[in-house]
Amino acid sequence: MKISFNINGKAQTVEVPDGDMPLLWVVRDILNLTGTKFGCGKAACGACTLHIDGDAIRSCSYAVKFAEGKNITTIEGLGTPENPHPVQQAWIEKVVPQCGYCQPGFMMATAALLNKISDPTDEDIDNNILNICRCATYTRMRKAIHRAAEIANSTNSAQQLNP
Amino acid sequence: MRVPRVHQTPIQMKRTISLIGLSLGIFIVSVFANEPTQKAEGIQMDTKQQKVEELKTPFDKVMAVLTHQRCINCHPSDNVPKQGEDSHPHHFGMLRGKDDHGFVAMKCNTCHQDENNKYAGVPGAPHWALAPASMAWEGMSRIEVAQALLDEEHNGGRSHEELIHHLTEDPLVLWAWEPGVNNEGEEREKPPIAKDEFIKAVKEWFETGAVIPEK
Ligand code: FES
Ligand code: FES
Repeated sequence: MKISFNINGKAQTVEVPDGDMPLLWVVRDILNLTGTKFGCGKAACGACTLHIDGDAIRSCSYAVKFAEGKNITTIEGLGTPENPHPVQQAWIEKVVPQCGYCQPGFMMATAALLNKISDPTDEDIDNNILNICRCATYTRMRKAIHRAAEIANSTNSAQQLNP
Repeated sequence: MRVPRVHQTPIQMKRTISLIGLSLGIFIVSVFANEPTQKAEGIQMDTKQQKVEELKTPFDKVMAVLTHQRCINCHPSDNVPKQGEDSHPHHFGMLRGKDDHGFVAMKCNTCHQDENNKYAGVPGAPHWALAPASMAWEGMSRIEVAQALLDEEHNGGRSHEELIHHLTEDPLVLWAWEPGVNNEGEEREKPPIAKDEFIKAVKEWFETGAVIPEK
């Protein structure tokens, strides 16, 4: 069966044997976008988090057939080395990753949170970022989430001053 | 207060450690007081002990379903969704949130879609969400659940006709008979009677006045 969607700003059509196939498999194995990670495959860890129409989704539990006509963003589409997303910028500044495996999922979950709450409190972080990091980089991650909000908000206010 | 999380950040861990300390204290006190541990009285246990062949009346059949964990897990009385046959608190500290759909960036739909996902073992059905807090049934007897079901203050203002529709046609309610597999690939338990029998019993109970017996 054929499924069409936009991914990182590009139109894509994929041929899959089964519409129930997890989107994660399609993204990694068919589209070769391997920044999104396979952690548990059971919607438990968040390593596979990407965005669908701006919302964080755990792609290991998302059947590809539901992606028809949607806009998908993966970590590869979040920013570029020249123009990093505020979350990527903050992650670099705070030197968050240890092994790095969980980090794309956390960054996508954080970017989705900042889309909804521009200056999240610690409680907002506790409620909305439920991913798992086996290296336990949580403390640096929390600092980076606050820093990402700061960068995003200062960029927004600078843009408002100099449109 | 947040429930202890299965996977916790250091901050949440500190909260859990105090909870564990508190529970240990209570446990020690109860051991020294030589009190038998009280089990919560609840219809969930009553119906489990009730054999299917003992479910004689339409009321018995309807309530055996409504008090099954496939229904009760999403009608919590503490804002914590439950999971599994043992109705454990939803992993990762998921809570009701403001609109019964979780939080703004961690919603039920972050993981639960319109259908079960057989690969991940994540259940799904249209409008996956908790029943509103006013419809909390967890811990109630079957008589109390029936009273709450018929009470417009506790049923979302539904008339009997609307209740029949909700119970016999809502895909989220009927998901209970197609609950799919869990994250170990094992079939989830279904309610104790078949879907058609439940639908028939709901209609019969309402047609005969939705009478709630004394016990
Ligand atoms: S791989 Fe999807 S949540 Fe773990
Ligand atoms: S950095 Fe290693 S799992 Fe998170």
